[in-house]
Amino acid sequence: MSRRGFLGVAAAGLAGVVLAPGVRLIEVAQAASEGTPGAGASAKVRWGMLIDTTKCASGCTDCVTACNTENGLDPRTTRTSSQWIRKIEIKEIRTGRQASVPVMCQHCASPPCVDVCPTGASFKRADGIVLVDRHTCIGCRYCMMACPYKARSFVHEPLADQKPEVPRGKGCVESCTLCVHRIDHAADRSKVTTACAEACTKAGHGAIVFGDLNDPDSEISRRVRAVRSTQLRADLGLGTGVRYEGL
Amino acid sequence: MNTTADSRSDSRNFWLLAVAGGLVTVAGLAAAHFMEVHGHAVTGMDNQIVWGLPHVFAIFMIVAASGVLNVASIGSVFGQPLYKPRAPLSGLLCLALLTGGLMVLMLDLGRPERVIVAATHYNFTSVFAWNVFLYSGMAAIVAVYLWTMFERRFNAWSKPAGIAALVWRFVLTTGTGSIFGFLVARQAYQSALLAPLFIVLSFGWGLAVFVIVQAAMYAWNGRVLAPAAEQRLAKLLALFLAASLYLVVVFHLTNAYFARQADFTAFILLGDGTGQPYPLLFWAGYVLLGSAVPFAMLLWPAARPGPGLPVAAAFVVLGAFAFLYVFIIGGQAWPLQIFPGHAVTSSFGDGQVASYAPRWPEWMLGLGGVGAAFLLTTVGVRVLDFMPQDDLPEAAP
Repeated sequence: MSRRGFLGVAAAGLAGVVLAPGVRLIEVAQAASEGTPGAGASAKVRWGMLIDTTKCASGCTDCVTACNTENGLDPRTTRTSSQWIRKIEIKEIRTGRQASVPVMCQHCASPPCVDVCPTGASFKRADGIVLVDRHTCIGCRYCMMACPYKARSFVHEPLADQKPEVPRGKGCVESCTLCVHRIDHAADRSKVTTACAEACTKAGHGAIVFGDLNDPDSEISRRVRAVRSTQLRADLGLGTGVRYEGL
Repeated sequence: MNTTADSRSDSRNFWLLAVAGGLVTVAGLAAAHFMEVHGHAVTGMDNQIVWGLPHVFAIFMIVAASGVLNVASIGSVFGQPLYKPRAPLSGLLCLALLTGGLMVLMLDLGRPERVIVAATHYNFTSVFAWNVFLYSGMAAIVAVYLWTMFERRFNAWSKPAGIAALVWRFVLTTGTGSIFGFLVARQAYQSALLAPLFIVLSFGWGLAVFVIVQAAMYAWNGRVLAPAAEQRLAKLLALFLAASLYLVVVFHLTNAYFARQADFTAFILLGDGTGQPYPLLFWAGYVLLGSAVPFAMLLWPAARPGPGLPVAAAFVVLGAFAFLYVFIIGGQAWPLQIFPGHAVTSSFGDGQVASYAPRWPEWMLGLGGVGAAFLLTTVGVRVLDFMPQDDLPEAAP
């Protein structure tokens, strides 16, 4: 084979190696139609949670443990550790009334973190889930300054033993994903739930209901229609996907 | 400086300064590398105080970069003869401070190697994204402005370029103030007043840096600033200090008047009894040493014997750092009020005032940015003629 011929074959081979995975990805993306596992987010859905603080037990941290296990987070709580969900014990100063409140990313309809993110790494999916793209997050932490709920954590140290379905990265910001990997891989999305809601139900409290707020027949829709629920910092008008009962 | 010996000693001084600036810059780069390898866990920052000492340094330099150009604007745009010969130095300092500040800001990112992402992916609702354009645009405009000043054929374009720079830096500092002003989540910020406040602060901080650098250059060249020139600069700096203090007072008065802001304002201005440094830094650092003392020194020449002007300017810079530390760190230390009217506790610092102690990598990175600005200024002054020629008769006020 001449040198020119060899170079030609080598170049074609290299191009094939480089392009093939991309072509394959396009096929995969096109194959997944709406409503099937692997399909993209749909604007017809608005994922949310209803948390009944009258059922949440003070001192119980099953939701936190489940979140840590599900997402491969270090369970130790230090000033630099990632805490996607935390239990806040509150006591009204005037009356002394107490409650235990799980707080995580509230998945706002108008998320301040998405507004301030310079690269667009913080984004809201069509189905209302607010996420961080780990490939374009530059770690500026502006979203942490902007979030009224302190929902976000910055990865302060190198990571090991990550969960393949929950990619994380040192130097990036992260927060509750509403277990988006469960949603996207579910065969029947009407039956999907988050790790925290699952653990709460398993513990017998049933304080967290997850579901589609746009589906009038979903349990969460029926509940928010029937009982009074509130949004945290409702004064900010952010339209949170997470609502609270009994506050 | 006509003799060979003088020239040799001059050259030695230049290399000494350049090496000193270079070493500090390299130390800053080394600290950034250390932070990148080990993560931000090696700093004093955490999930409560997410912006620490590097932001204090970076924002000081970026705000001062805008303000230092005032000297050029007064000269080129408003035609003041005292300021015109100082315009080139003012432009150089603007570029140097901007570079130093941006260096610190970028190297403090969690993923500094992705700075290319910041340059290729824009979210136009982000004040940070606006600032990427504002900073790069500022550098470009000032570079052109300097060119029009040095190239005789383009001297006529100096005034339009100066006007462009004047307008641009107003927008730029509005952008810097709005980084905080647009944060609705935190009680310390969320105020439209922050944009004009940062503009006025930039005037004072920029002029203070200019006065210090000018004094060093005059001392190096064995020259003395004309008393009339000194008097003018002193009065201008005093005016900027008073205007800044006025806006700071209005800002805190507004907060003190709002019941929902009262706790936060008391925390910043009076403390919470747990030994947080913010009231001391605000009153002793910013108000007394950073404003009142230099104000007195600037208005009463008897109060500043010898190198009083640069000493007063140094106090202003000191006060600027105290102000920014209280503003940036103190503002984050105050807990978010997610449940107003409730006492709250959690594993994530909810309801608690966060404590922060900067560690060595943060100090080294911040100082590294100052070193880079110093190095650029030193080399710039050496390579091009930035020395103000105000001993010329037409430059007399």
